[in-house]
Amino acid sequence: MELKSNAPTGPIEKRWDNYKFNLKLVNPANKRKHTIIVVGTGLAGSAAAATLGELGYNVLSFCHQDSPRRAHSIAAQGGINAAKNYQNDGDSVYRLFYDTVKGGEWRARESNVYRLAEISVNIIDQCVAQGVPFAREYGGLLANRSFGGALVSRTFYARGQTGQQLLLGAYQSLMRQVSAGKVKVFQRHEMLDLVVSNGAARGIVTRDMVNGKIERWCADAVLLCTGGYGNLFYLSTNAKGCNVSAIWRAYKRGACMANPCYTQIHPTCIPVSGDYQSKLTLMSESLRNDGRVWVPKQPGDQRTPDQIPDADRDYYLERKYPTYGNLAPRDISSRAAKEQCDAGRGVGPSGRGVFLDFRDALKAQGHKKLEEKYKELFEMYHNITNEDGYKQPMRIYPAVHYTMGGLWVDYNLMSTIPGCFVLGEANFSDHGANRLGASALMQGLADGYFVIPYTLGNYLAGTKLPKLDTNDTAFANAEQNVTGQISKFLGIKGTRTVDSFHKELGHLMWEKCGMARNEKGLKELLQQIPTLREEFWKSVNVPGSDKDLNQALERAGRVADFMEFGELTARDALERRESCGGHFRDEFQDEEGECKRDDENFCHVAAWEYKGESQTPVRHIEPLNFEYVHLAKRNYK
Amino acid sequence: MNFTLNVWRQKNANEVGKLESYTAQHISPDASFLEMLDVVNNELEAQGKEPIAFDHDCREGICGACGIFINGRAHGPRSGTTTCQLYMRNFADGETLTLEPWRAKAFPVVRDLVVDRTAFERIIQAGGFISVATGNAPEANGLPVPKVDAELAMDAAACIGCGACVAACKNASAMLFVGAKVSHLGLLPQGRAEAARRVENMVATMDTEGFGNCTNTGACEAECPKRISISNIARLNRELACAKIFG
Repeated sequence: MELKSNAPTGPIEKRWDNYKFNLKLVNPANKRKHTIIVVGTGLAGSAAAATLGELGYNVLSFCHQDSPRRAHSIAAQGGINAAKNYQNDGDSVYRLFYDTVKGGEWRARESNVYRLAEISVNIIDQCVAQGVPFAREYGGLLANRSFGGALVSRTFYARGQTGQQLLLGAYQSLMRQVSAGKVKVFQRHEMLDLVVSNGAARGIVTRDMVNGKIERWCADAVLLCTGGYGNLFYLSTNAKGCNVSAIWRAYKRGACMANPCYTQIHPTCIPVSGDYQSKLTLMSESLRNDGRVWVPKQPGDQRTPDQIPDADRDYYLERKYPTYGNLAPRDISSRAAKEQCDAGRGVGPSGRGVFLDFRDALKAQGHKKLEEKYKELFEMYHNITNEDGYKQPMRIYPAVHYTMGGLWVDYNLMSTIPGCFVLGEANFSDHGANRLGASALMQGLADGYFVIPYTLGNYLAGTKLPKLDTNDTAFANAEQNVTGQISKFLGIKGTRTVDSFHKELGHLMWEKCGMARNEKGLKELLQQIPTLREEFWKSVNVPGSDKDLNQALERAGRVADFMEFGELTARDALERRESCGGHFRDEFQDEEGECKRDDENFCHVAAWEYKGESQTPVRHIEPLNFEYVHLAKRNYK
Repeated sequence: MNFTLNVWRQKNANEVGKLESYTAQHISPDASFLEMLDVVNNELEAQGKEPIAFDHDCREGICGACGIFINGRAHGPRSGTTTCQLYMRNFADGETLTLEPWRAKAFPVVRDLVVDRTAFERIIQAGGFISVATGNAPEANGLPVPKVDAELAMDAAACIGCGACVAACKNASAMLFVGAKVSHLGLLPQGRAEAARRVENMVATMDTEGFGNCTNTGACEAECPKRISISNIARLNRELACAKIFG
């Protein structure tokens, strides 16, 4: 299989403009003849469904939550980047592009990243017009703050709830299209298979989560906007419902999966407290604007933090990365925290934690100012840990947060299955091996509002699709596949719960394919996962029926997919014999413990092709060329 | 810690439900309320019994999916908190906890503690938006918005749509939910153009969906996990009166 990126060439600042001009257009009167399926209603999905509805397409939108407004984009806290240069501090589209390529360790396509940076400014305009209440200065103009991996202030925010406000903006636009009759929303519907007919994606099969009804949906194109796979690790900052199933089932229908080993571990999360724990909570990276990260110099220091004088504290980020300090990028900050804890200097009951201290910011700015910026975050921290972040330093530790890998897409956001487009976190495209803070919201909205409306039209105008309805055998096969799996689950009647398997898998992944990986661990993992999977299919217990709301059954399907996906992730991590961004191999590090990339052999995207059950998938390569941001060592010192 | 739970079990919308008793044992005080339910559900599942169905997703208090009526209070005893952000240390060891779904005509029970809140969706569809198609937007800093207005709009926009206000109100009124959206959009200059139409349509839909009238007792504000102020209801009434009089 050849991976054709369709990325344009020529001067980078003209590429998207020229490309757009050459895209075919669909006559407005013909748009209403096309039905488009959009799965997922986060930023990418809601933005795409609303915008396509506005253009005149018939849109069917699906989400597994009880409302599209609850998709996990809602939980993004810190902000959204845009190259507006309102602060006059030297920002530009080119700088955002540069920072993103460098932040991603030269593992993303230059054309895509430049387009993202270019579109970022339109996103802010659009969101403000929708009524997103961004933070403002007294003059009434928009405020900005800084985020990791950048030396300029380009992050727009709405308190600690930026994702919520952006999603509500997109959701409200979506609701407007529902009332206009252009979009139909199906809540509590889970996509369980992709239907491919004559080589093109033509529909999906869903389960109505309330009454268990299996339904077939036919369309001219399918957009998967189903988010990331962080819950592979069981404990993550993702919502409980986040899963890999939609993209995994598309993978099994022929869409290549790219770079699954790139997983982002976020440095500022509340540490794990016990084995009952169901998720980890993120404390926004924006806190690192004012909080200082430190550990006691002496391992096992028993003094309370306020009794440890500065001389006995190691502000290790400021020491190791003086230029970026506490705003060093996420992958680097996370590994630095692990390194301190591994050396016995970790804090808190488990020893897996570092301090995030606001003492100096409180002195300099006062309680009121900090409260204005971070009120909800301090409250949340207090609520969860029973500790007051204003009185004693917060304790933080890295946790799985975002996944840069995902289905492979070309410049049009189309996967290797024609007609199957993938947007937002679900695709692999723009962040390379590490995503910078406040860039996920930017990408989700860029894909949904400003990229897909153009590239989808080009696909529809340039493709002759045969007439098809849901009676076609492709639909029958997909449905059979789905119902077969469901009855299999309900028939096992074993002794272990779905959750117990998920926890065990997550633990294995975190230990051997988490913040640091090595060949030995990954090889063991490739033995252990199939064994666990076998055990799962033998002894899982899924009670209840398939005819009504059955949350154990829903989880079983998702965990079954994680059991397969985890193996591919381990395989990808094993094959990438270098360290870069969210993929750190113990064997490949320099004297100072930083990532050692191998540009000669691994400056490429690895995209895996499914070859059938118990067959080894095939690893394809898309080489990456850097004409503008030249390959260099990623330095934040 | 140990707890006795009386939980509303109802197979689906058509069947009659009833309270059933369970025990939750050896629960850490640092476990969240939903993690306590996870423990109970895991035990039920291991015995081949059907787990207690409840809505939840982000478990960090922002998605608005969770919502359990605990001992007669929406989202439990702690103010300004969603169910998922309750911790067992907020309860006394040995306490008996009664868990019910939101009770409102407009929120029919789907199963156990899960209710259908799509009525909220239809209220937003009636006008809870600013009509601006993608690509229509002017330059973001072209329209200054006074900081005070932006902050007030944000206070209202913080609503998570969980429905606690409806569950807490003895009339099952949705005035706080609607007031929050009307305020959020109406306080911003971008939202003024269609303010009159918005408020009339949203209120009309609220009525047809079967939500009751405002009681003016403020239970909604007291139980709102995001502490949305009832001054938003006052603003809603003012907007509605102005719309009726001046159009």
